[in-house]
Amino acid sequence: MSSIRFEQVSHAFGARSVLRDVNLHLTEQRIGIVGANGSGKSTLVRLINGLVTPQSGTVTVDGQTVGRHARDVRRKIGFIFTNPDNQIVMPTVREDVAFTLRRRGLDKGQIDERTTAALAQFGLSEHADHPAHRLSGGQKQLLALAAVLVAEPATIVADEPTTLLDARNVRRISELLQTLPQQVIVVTHHLHLVEEFDRVIVIEEGEVVADGTPERSLAAYRALLA
Amino acid sequence: MIGLYSPGSSFIHRAPTLLKLFLLSLCVLLIGTSPDLRLIGGAVAGVVLLFVIARVPVRAAAGQIIPILFILLIAVPIQGLLSGWLVAALMAGRLLVAVALAALFTMTTTVTAVLEAFQTLLRPFRRFVDPDRVGLLVALTIRCIPLVSDIVREVLEARTARGTQWSLMSIAVPVVVRSLYAADALGEALIARGLDD
Repeated sequence: MSSIRFEQVSHAFGARSVLRDVNLHLTEQRIGIVGANGSGKSTLVRLINGLVTPQSGTVTVDGQTVGRHARDVRRKIGFIFTNPDNQIVMPTVREDVAFTLRRRGLDKGQIDERTTAALAQFGLSEHADHPAHRLSGGQKQLLALAAVLVAEPATIVADEPTTLLDARNVRRISELLQTLPQQVIVVTHHLHLVEEFDRVIVIEEGEVVADGTPERSLAAYRALLA
Repeated sequence: MIGLYSPGSSFIHRAPTLLKLFLLSLCVLLIGTSPDLRLIGGAVAGVVLLFVIARVPVRAAAGQIIPILFILLIAVPIQGLLSGWLVAALMAGRLLVAVALAALFTMTTTVTAVLEAFQTLLRPFRRFVDPDRVGLLVALTIRCIPLVSDIVREVLEARTARGTQWSLMSIAVPVVVRSLYAADALGEALIARGLDD
């Protein structure tokens, strides 16, 4: 489990401010982040593994500043994107999962073993040698999860992982995210996904407007929407 | 190479990729320069035998070879009339064997194995090129073909759904814009997966 700290973090894209003076300390195992489109929640999680560098303030993971120790931080933080198509790198399912391990100093046998285990865990064994781009949307997101989890990161950050999925696959991914032993940080519009989480943070116009238990935070968010 | 790999455990599947590449090149060179129709006939029989040994699905194998038959259907009569039927038969045999061998290679070799082979080949030139980066470049190129083809299909569908008239700009602009967004997203995914090391 990682200890992630945001201190006075602000960020803007051009003239548009997306995060303003955010202070957060994330230590719980399951953390949900909700908010309207454009509220800054995706930028917030992209700061965690250095995909975005804050214009002011600092983000640290286990005491390491993300900007300065990006390589170490990215080994601890696995990132799942909204569109799994954009994160598939290799042509076949097995090759894509194995790709994550290629620069980890493992030998071929270890890579094969861990890849096979990851594919079995996510029910992708029978598709191992199939072209990744021909999988269904749900299977692609499972592949994205397998490709990230095979590296055994301490934390999984998922940016709207269920947005492009049908109801059955939303349930499948949400059940998976509930049972992972890792720390899980999920940005989502599917509020039921985070109802059982330890903590839910509501972002509105770049600011944290609610932070606490799912009941309290989701009630605050629903009040905002009303 | 996109989705052509046919899993199997034959000795052709298990043979070292560099050896397969070398034999493929050697065979194509020999057949390409041989004026002996009997040798080419033997090569055709040999290729059929290799397909049987590799146990690749007949439909997948036919999918690779049939397109070349259509080309031969036009090229052989022209060649026969212009240069004689022996030359036409030699040309048809050479093309068939070369395409079939290349198809057998792609159907029995994973992309990862091909990349690793290229990286091994490039290792002596490490001072001038980074073999890992070249390997990644090739992998991404292969991966981007279905990605861009999906983008083009979606743009064409959207154009049809909106009932707009055909124009190059109405296809090119969204395809280019969406391809750039996809490239950005892929870049982010590579960084997130530790590829900026």
